Amino acid sequence: MSERENILGRIREALKVKAHVPGTHGESKGPPTFDPAISSPRKWLPKVGATMDEQLALFAKNAGDLKADFQLLKSEDEAREAIAAVRAKEKWQRVAAHSGNLTNAICPALNLPLLHTDKAYDVHALEACDAGISECDALIAQTGTVLVTNRSAGGRALSVLPPHHVVLARREQLIADLPAAFELLKQKYAANYPSMISFITGPSRTGDIERILVLGAHGPKKLTILCW
Amino acid sequence: MSFVAQFKAQAKVMAGDLRHRKIIRTALRNYEIVRDQRKASFQDWQGARQLAAETKWEAVNHLDKHLIDFTSKLEARGTKVHWASTAAQAREIVLKIVQDKQAKSVIKSKAMTSEEIHLNDALEHAGLKVVESDLGELIVQLRKEAPYHIVFPSMHLTRDEISELFQRELGSAATNDPEELTMIARRALRKKYLTADIGITGANFAIAETGMISITENEGNARLTAALPKTMISLIGIEKILPQMADLALFLPMLATMGTGQQLTCYNTMYSGPRQPGESDGPEEWHVVLLDNHRTELLADAEQRDALHCIRCGACLNVCPIFRNVGGHTYGTTYSGPIGSVITPHLRGLQDWKHLSSASSLCGACTETCPVKIDLHHHLLHNRRNAAKQKPSFGEKTAFKLFAFAANRPGLWNFGKKMARVFQPLQGAVKGTAVDPAKAWTKTRDLPPLAQESFKDWWRKRK
Repeated sequence: MSERENILGRIREALKVKAHVPGTHGESKGPPTFDPAISSPRKWLPKVGATMDEQLALFAKNAGDLKADFQLLKSEDEAREAIAAVRAKEKWQRVAAHSGNLTNAICPALNLPLLHTDKAYDVHALEACDAGISECDALIAQTGTVLVTNRSAGGRALSVLPPHHVVLARREQLIADLPAAFELLKQKYAANYPSMISFITGPSRTGDIERILVLGAHGPKKLTILCW
Repeated sequence: MSFVAQFKAQAKVMAGDLRHRKIIRTALRNYEIVRDQRKASFQDWQGARQLAAETKWEAVNHLDKHLIDFTSKLEARGTKVHWASTAAQAREIVLKIVQDKQAKSVIKSKAMTSEEIHLNDALEHAGLKVVESDLGELIVQLRKEAPYHIVFPSMHLTRDEISELFQRELGSAATNDPEELTMIARRALRKKYLTADIGITGANFAIAETGMISITENEGNARLTAALPKTMISLIGIEKILPQMADLALFLPMLATMGTGQQLTCYNTMYSGPRQPGESDGPEEWHVVLLDNHRTELLADAEQRDALHCIRCGACLNVCPIFRNVGGHTYGTTYSGPIGSVITPHLRGLQDWKHLSSASSLCGACTETCPVKIDLHHHLLHNRRNAAKQKPSFGEKTAFKLFAFAANRPGLWNFGKKMARVFQPLQGAVKGTAVDPAKAWTKTRDLPPLAQESFKDWWRKRK
């Protein structure tokens, strides 16, 4: 017999005896009830306002707490100005991005040659870039999270290898909470999920030395979100 | 030295180590504040715990079905799935993959399963260079130590100790700035990511519905480990199952809240395959190794089955007065603290590890804090009971027999009481010394003085 059959066999044998329902200290033996009234996480998770303005404000607050730079802009032109300003301030020499409606509209404002990561690319060249610029699937107000996939955001490494990750997003991409994010993923990709889906919540960080927060442990030190 | 003797000896040293106590208190003070803030931000934390517990109940109590769903979805997208009943089988599987690829270097992100099966030793023995990429794991790897804590591996060290270590092992300049120390590790590891042949990860959750694993981290090291090397291996305990992808909407924030006091950790990433057609990067091959290693034995104990609900957040360690005083290394186990004390006897033998069930004040702080409602402190009692039933202690059995004999005979009992009142003051003279017959008990405990008059006598006189 294969180990697969051995393990599954032991599991089936073990499960012949029923376990008590969690949180009842052994008093109830049946399965949990899964009352629909309580089985939606939305009922328990932190509250999110219903209007767009409330959600934008919550995202901005969360991003601030996470030490991400969230810039709410009025137009595509402002986004072009904003990214050129970051380039000038940080003296970018080399930048990586992928092709997309937003990146194609904004990146020319940088006046820099771009390394494209949505086709085969040299990983050493990406490592030498000052910034990675990507689109995203959604911004999540509840947690200040940027949702990316390797299909929508230029592969697995673009958003994590360069020291600065810049996200381009439209206001319509803002969603309320985590349950909405999983609904969106299902609607968009259920037939064929991208092989990587990542919830990015602030720039990379660690607390492994005396529990003191340090940004940029292995991933980007900076996360900039330009939204218009 | 036996495991119990080792535990007792080290616990005695650590409990008196005021420096250690100060470091742990400092490390946990901020955690406690942010954890409570995050818990308070939930609309109803207790409701969330109940839902999490019931979701894990569903996953674990239909584990066979979920594992079949999980693995067939993975295989359909080109992932190679391996099943390992034992630690030795898991090591062999990983070694074989590594040797087939003629790999020379391995980069790892944090995986407690790899600690459990001592994978690094096996890989190094086979001549491979293994680098831990999580900062805390790297620090304990350079010190040739086991992780101190399942979430905070280097929590017991000060920045000065880490600086000395980095100077010695990485040849860096002296600094006691946490930021600079982190950047030293960042620079040292960058090259390793780009050159490693194999990336090894663990997983926090395995989604049956969609055939995905989910990895929770803060540093981005797991993201890089799963992006750059050509071959990726993920070592996963079979109990990591969650039925549906949407369950993560609850579990990701709960894990972050209890693990580190964050709303969400920095990166929560789901992987459903190796590089797919049309994708530009990611590993060409992905191997998922499913590890049993006595988990099915724990599953067979219906009373303690909920211990498999554990999401390894480490919250029970952080609140445990025993853990905080004796420290993580004293346990001598991969999983320490209350959850480790519950599951280690199942994973490594009840008689060898039953002493951990007594390393508890039974205060119940662990049970109260557990986000998936594992009945931790009751399971410590269950393990004590099972150990005594399996291998009764002659001394204890005799003592209780004598007690029952006397307690059932009022005359003898009353005589004993009178004698005890006479002899108790004398006991004070020998208390805890070699001639004290109750030495094992009295060495560290005081018996309160017996009342000069029993309640029964007092009641009789009053009438």
